[in-house]
Amino acid sequence: MRIKGAWRVLQRHWTVYTKLYKSSFALNFIEPILYLVAMGMGLGVFVSDINGVPYIKFIGPGIIASSSMFAAVYECTYGTYIRMTFQKTFDAILATPVGIDELVAAELAWAAVKSVMYGITIMVVVALFGLVDSPLLLLTIPVIFFCGLIFAEVSMITAALVPGIDSFSYFYTLFMTPLFLFSGIFFPVETLPKAVAGIAWFTPLYHLVNVCRAFSAGHVSGVVGNIVWIVVVATALAPVPFRLMRRRVIQ
Amino acid sequence: MDIVSVKNLTKDYGVVKAVQDVSFSIAPGECFGFLGPNGAGKTTVMKIISCFLPPTNGTVAVFDLDVTKQPSAIKARMGVMPQEDNLDPDLNVLENLIVYSRYFDILKKESLPVANELLQFVELQDKDRVNIKALSGGMKRRLMLARALVNSPELMILDEPTTGLDPHSRRAVWDKLNQLKFKNTTLLLTTHYMEEAEQLCDRVAIMDQGKIVTIDSPGNLMSEHSGDLEEVYLKLTGRNLAD
Repeated sequence: MRIKGAWRVLQRHWTVYTKLYKSSFALNFIEPILYLVAMGMGLGVFVSDINGVPYIKFIGPGIIASSSMFAAVYECTYGTYIRMTFQKTFDAILATPVGIDELVAAELAWAAVKSVMYGITIMVVVALFGLVDSPLLLLTIPVIFFCGLIFAEVSMITAALVPGIDSFSYFYTLFMTPLFLFSGIFFPVETLPKAVAGIAWFTPLYHLVNVCRAFSAGHVSGVVGNIVWIVVVATALAPVPFRLMRRRVIQ
Repeated sequence: MDIVSVKNLTKDYGVVKAVQDVSFSIAPGECFGFLGPNGAGKTTVMKIISCFLPPTNGTVAVFDLDVTKQPSAIKARMGVMPQEDNLDPDLNVLENLIVYSRYFDILKKESLPVANELLQFVELQDKDRVNIKALSGGMKRRLMLARALVNSPELMILDEPTTGLDPHSRRAVWDKLNQLKFKNTTLLLTTHYMEEAEQLCDRVAIMDQGKIVTIDSPGNLMSEHSGDLEEVYLKLTGRNLAD
């Protein structure tokens, strides 16, 4: 694999992004703000605090995690799928010196970069709401990158397997929505029945939420396990999207 | 040295035998055409030569390099114009050429003058800032031709370069391909138009059901079978074009 080949594809994504971001960027701000206002200020009136933390402050770091997750997931589900099928962008690129592995690497890396970009954006929003206690929150950036890789990998595995674009609804309804609701963003998973809470440990978002929340509050210890989990899974999962995309694109 | 050398090429898709024991070679500067009904295996052969699909059996060498071993080095010296529109709809006309050049490690300083020259060549110089979606079918084809030329390829692979074009646009593309021939670029094309094959090709291979039925110059084929190329084609493929 030539790193340069992957870099060229990343450059393409960046070129397109800088052309189109104006039309989509605001949306990425609005959604997390809606959650903070509706849940934090609305529901937060009734939920006084969780573990001594005001409710809006409890969910703030979780919204950073979920926004960065959705950025990577959209990119490698709909984005990748559209480039692969309808737009035939993959075919065009594969007629150049760039190979399929380089192309897949670039898709994954771009999604992780987008995760970081949106993560940072929402960090700014959450900080403006006055919900961040510690600059240590910045330390989550590399963690968000690795977690973004996991979401990109899972999404691209899905993109390589779905028969058509409508099938992504299953992925979003059966995987993404439960992840969003049960990863400790809105309430501590420990309040769930033990068996259900145990499932959360196997999801990447749960670990990222823990890391964001701890760093935002200025605690460094206690999340080492979460960070190790994220890095190990991101690495272990990596070969799968490559194998499946090779099979999907090149018969 | 042959530009393309294909020996005993076979390609299976599961149980379907798309290409069966095909051999041919293409000399430098030659224009070689593939004729055959839909599903004859022409596009599969093109895709294997352009390093997109691996052969099931046989050897395929381009510039004396094996397509399975050195695809990147081969693709760097080749230009591909596929059947379907795969221009980047997120970029405008000029950006399509600049970004595509970058995949060949040709950076903007170098690619911008070339891109402008190519837009002139395909007569799209006034459309450089236009959105891809606003181009007509003929313009898109011409832009794809220009895009396939950004790396000054020694070999051009053109899969049905004029299918779906009106007569004016078709002739415009032929004109450009003749100019490339004149510059000694090796051309490999598939077509359904006998006139196209007669106009452009030094030799044609007629394919049917995954096999090459015959390879010769259009002139030889016509005199041998005493008829025009379409009659030769129909006779050798044993069916009507409309099937």
